Amino acid sequence: MSVAAPIPAVSRSGAPVKAARRRRGGSRRFSRKDRNILLVMAGIPTLIHVSLVWLPSLLSVLLSFTRWNGIGGLGTIKPVGLDNYHQITTIYPPFWPAVQHNLIWLGVFMFLATPMGLLLAILLDKEIRGSRFYQSAIYLPVVLSLALVGFIWQLIYSSDQGLINNLFGSHVDWFGDQKVNLWAVLVAASWRHVGYIMVLYLAGLKGVDPTLREAAAIDGASEMQTFRSVIFPALRPVNVVVLVVTVIESLRAFDLVYIVNRGSNGLELLSVLVTNNIIGEASRIGFGSALAVILLLISLSFIVVYLLQTFRKEATG
Amino acid sequence: MSTVVSTGLPLTRSTATTATVRHRRRAPRPARLVLHTFLMLTCLVWLLPLLWAAYTSLRPYDETARNGYVSIAKTLTLDNYRHALSRGHLLHHFLNTMIIVVPALVLTLFLASMVAFVVARFSFKGNLALLMLFTAGNLLPAQVIITPLYRLYKSVPLPLVMSDSGTLFDSFWGIILIHIAFQTGFCTFVLSNYMKTLPQELTEAARVDGASAWRQYWQITMPLCRAPLAALATLEFTWIYNDFFWALVLMVTGDKRPITSSLNNLQGQFFTDNNLVAAGSLMVALPTVFVYFLLQKQFIGGLTLGATKG
Repeated sequence: MSVAAPIPAVSRSGAPVKAARRRRGGSRRFSRKDRNILLVMAGIPTLIHVSLVWLPSLLSVLLSFTRWNGIGGLGTIKPVGLDNYHQITTIYPPFWPAVQHNLIWLGVFMFLATPMGLLLAILLDKEIRGSRFYQSAIYLPVVLSLALVGFIWQLIYSSDQGLINNLFGSHVDWFGDQKVNLWAVLVAASWRHVGYIMVLYLAGLKGVDPTLREAAAIDGASEMQTFRSVIFPALRPVNVVVLVVTVIESLRAFDLVYIVNRGSNGLELLSVLVTNNIIGEASRIGFGSALAVILLLISLSFIVVYLLQTFRKEATG
Repeated sequence: MSTVVSTGLPLTRSTATTATVRHRRRAPRPARLVLHTFLMLTCLVWLLPLLWAAYTSLRPYDETARNGYVSIAKTLTLDNYRHALSRGHLLHHFLNTMIIVVPALVLTLFLASMVAFVVARFSFKGNLALLMLFTAGNLLPAQVIITPLYRLYKSVPLPLVMSDSGTLFDSFWGIILIHIAFQTGFCTFVLSNYMKTLPQELTEAARVDGASAWRQYWQITMPLCRAPLAALATLEFTWIYNDFFWALVLMVTGDKRPITSSLNNLQGQFFTDNNLVAAGSLMVALPTVFVYFLLQKQFIGGLTLGATKG
């Protein structure tokens, strides 16, 4: 699954458009019928969304303070306070490796893949021949699922049939060896991430006021200077989107490692640990929920940043 | 003239209007050459995994086993595709995917456009909060909600005519439902942004003429939203098609799983034969790649629509 953080509408000056227009005449009256129709139109989708997304989130939080094997009735749920969190951080072996892997994942995305996407966007934003072709080629992996990305890179990484080992006569088990498999997987994940970031920045760059560039050029700024002190600050709304996309994608990472080896043996991630607690042999609902809550807290802190950026103008406007 | 290129993102109208004539300093020639070389090499590296998959998929297993994978092909054959299709039951899983994607896609767009209409065209208290709720919900990692959701699905009964499991768990209904719940978030955000840029006078005039709220939505607003709806449809198709997680956890019968989740079962069968992996992968990739090339056109349509009105 892809993270979709839509870019806020960007005006030519680089500031978000104040989309909510002031309504004229505050005394709008609806007929009773219209009011009911509007209520149903907004109500049904909200009900579905809240009951299947936000309600389970809330239940995750509540269940994380309990112990329950999921088989007995609701009466067998036992409150245990912070026990689950305590166990996770002290005696649950895969937890800290998973945190470490998630952080490495985030680091590679943030400091290698995302800058690469930005670089390509800057280069392709110039008027050059074949820009369409270049963009299509780099964006192509984005339409593939991460599970499929795992399949395709298997052809390159497999230890006896793979391209790398056949080409160089090496004998590395790229997906299997704990010392290298996280990095091998990250190359494959970045293959997809770079294109996505490139597209986000390309859309952002199109929204930057061209007179800003001209002014900088007239003032004799070099291309580097122009970018650093004029263009990049103007891209602020997109930067926030990219930050959120990068963080959330790193937290959501699941499909790829699951298809490679079910997220074991050097590829543990928080998302995998949560899943293993459901479809694994022992289903420990409270324990799994506590893991999910840790994931929830990290995600929410970045989602809030995104919401503040996106809706700030409308709230005040 | 700057070229209007598809970005693969549903741009709001106001972003689209900015794609107008721009003046740029032209870089001197040697710099261009370096630039093109760099971009060419990058693209080659980017396409390599897919080209390699295509090459491998066309070669018989025996030959690659004998001569190694890095060798000139003597025989090219479509046998791997035939075997992948039959051994992986790919057509069956493609069908499962369609059973999920089509209703999920249509209902998502329908529900999201209704909320977007209410939020964008009327000033109710709580509009902003509602929009934020949808937008935030869409960004949550699926694993955050899966534990209670799994229990919930197991305890919600469905009549046997609807699902042979007797519950939402392990049924197409359940998968369709969770896709709708999750994806309405994103679509609502995009559509409400778009609708806010439509002239208020349109629905105002309709209202004065006595059109009901429903008619203002269905007959006035929706026909003007064809461009973002088309763009969202292509995106949502790709995302729902590419879903691995929901059907992996919320379904247990391997036979019911859509194509992307079924890769999990194919892994065991295929990973000893790279030629088969290659052929299977490319067939699974085909629908989204195909839609992606269609999508580019949709976007240019959407962008020019925005540009002429801006």
